[in-house]
Amino acid sequence: MHALLRLGDDALVLAQRLGEWCGHAPALEEDIALTNIALDLIGQTQSYLTLAGSLDPDAPKTDDELAFLRSESEFKNLLLVEQSNGHFGDTIARQFLFDQYALLRAEHLAQQTFDLDAAAIAAKAVKEIRYHAAHSSKWIIRLGDGTSESHSRIQKSIDDLWAFTGEMFAADDVDIAGSIAGLLPDLSALKTQWDVEIDRVLVEATLIRPKDGAMKTGGRTGVHTEELGTMLAEMQILPRTHPGASW
Amino acid sequence: MIETQQHLREEFDAYVAADKKIEPKDWMPDAYRKTLIRQISQHAHSEIVGMLPEGKWITRAPSLQRKAILLAKVQDEAGHGLYLYSAAETLGVDRADLVDDLLSGKAKYSSIFNYPSLTWADIGAIGWLVDGAAIMNQVPLCRCSYGPYARAMTRVCKEESFHQRQGYSIMMQLMKGTDAQKEMAQDALNRWWWPSLMMFGPSDSESMHSSQNMKWNIKRFSNDELRQRMVDMTVPQAECIGLKMPDPDLKWNEEKGGHDFGEIDWTEFYDVIAGNGICNKERLEDRNKAHDDGEWVRDAAVAYSEKRNANT
Repeated sequence: MHALLRLGDDALVLAQRLGEWCGHAPALEEDIALTNIALDLIGQTQSYLTLAGSLDPDAPKTDDELAFLRSESEFKNLLLVEQSNGHFGDTIARQFLFDQYALLRAEHLAQQTFDLDAAAIAAKAVKEIRYHAAHSSKWIIRLGDGTSESHSRIQKSIDDLWAFTGEMFAADDVDIAGSIAGLLPDLSALKTQWDVEIDRVLVEATLIRPKDGAMKTGGRTGVHTEELGTMLAEMQILPRTHPGASW
Repeated sequence: MIETQQHLREEFDAYVAADKKIEPKDWMPDAYRKTLIRQISQHAHSEIVGMLPEGKWITRAPSLQRKAILLAKVQDEAGHGLYLYSAAETLGVDRADLVDDLLSGKAKYSSIFNYPSLTWADIGAIGWLVDGAAIMNQVPLCRCSYGPYARAMTRVCKEESFHQRQGYSIMMQLMKGTDAQKEMAQDALNRWWWPSLMMFGPSDSESMHSSQNMKWNIKRFSNDELRQRMVDMTVPQAECIGLKMPDPDLKWNEEKGGHDFGEIDWTEFYDVIAGNGICNKERLEDRNKAHDDGEWVRDAAVAYSEKRNANT
């Protein structure tokens, strides 16, 4: 259940961030792209959280109960995906770093046989994330190899977010148990693959890969940045204000 | 030369009168071209500005399913904007120039989006009434004499019909809910009903563009005819879910086979068009900010593409 919550929360929190862009993207095509990615992520959220909720040892929960009635510390998403949108380059950098990880993770999940429900969800997600990863990579390259302004902006976006990348590969008990069972990928192997893809895109974008410094973690255990609380307050306002109401 | 023009004009009129489609490379009178550019681009602008009031509720949609539906709907609207701009471009204008006219305040967009979306029920009311009125206006445009516009509208209308149903479904769900939810729904209907009726434009006697557009088969029904249809369609839908129409003068008129309804506050209508609606300033500032903030991104995309082209 913990592993599924992590998958669902990553998707939900990132979708929520992307939803904030609606109507404000640099071009109409990007309004369509960003809402489309958010829409895919909400679909993944619904599937993962429904499955996670059905496995709750105390009492089965719906996807909406998990999304709208948990508090900050109960959310298990990566710190990376809750970071605020910033400018378009910041959003693209966040998306790029996450997409490459999410794609490798979903590819593993789709192939494993420990949990066939999760495999079915991941198989659909893989097709979606391939598009997301292509979209964010292409923008990294365009911005990196575009104008000098876009180059310095996107370099700074990547530098700023780099400290949140370590958390994706910092294996804890859930990851280790999941990996032994076969459900989850081995994160150190995943990191090697992620490095290759990230480096390939950064080189093409004429960008410099930041050095690994101190990494920020905590999301997986529910210790978040200040960004998450305000996001959840906004997201959860209606179900919290009208307990028990259906929408 | 004058004779040729005269001949072309007669041929054009006969073609349109026979209900045939005019295509981009066909000869057309300048006024026909201008009126289409104005109408199609205003329509495109309305789709783009229309994303803003609903976009504000994506982050607050009360369930995952509603969030997904709203995202899909707003995404459709961006898509409508995109292919309407493309339809306008077939008439020899450039999308960037059209967008500049919107941002400078020179071009108009539907005034309805200058009203604020205050509660979740507004998302229901916008879908049900605003998109409902839009469909009423737009279905006849699928048979419009200009081919690219007619074809764009066929697709737009299919999607709008989904938008209207999702709006009504929100209202229906609210009316099945708690007292607070029912109040929310009624309040949204009260605020959106009259502005929705204004969407059909001034009364036939006051309308500036109507008669020529009817002759050109751009417009098929008068503003008042369409408004009457809207009223007759909406009243039973409201009754069915227990909403009260905010019009004391509304009653069924057996003789005309339709509803009589109260007088529209045309002062408000012209006031909002003149820029004095609650959100006129905010909507335009929002669009301008998005455009300005995105400039470095668009510049980068152009610079990148030029580098690629130079290398091949």
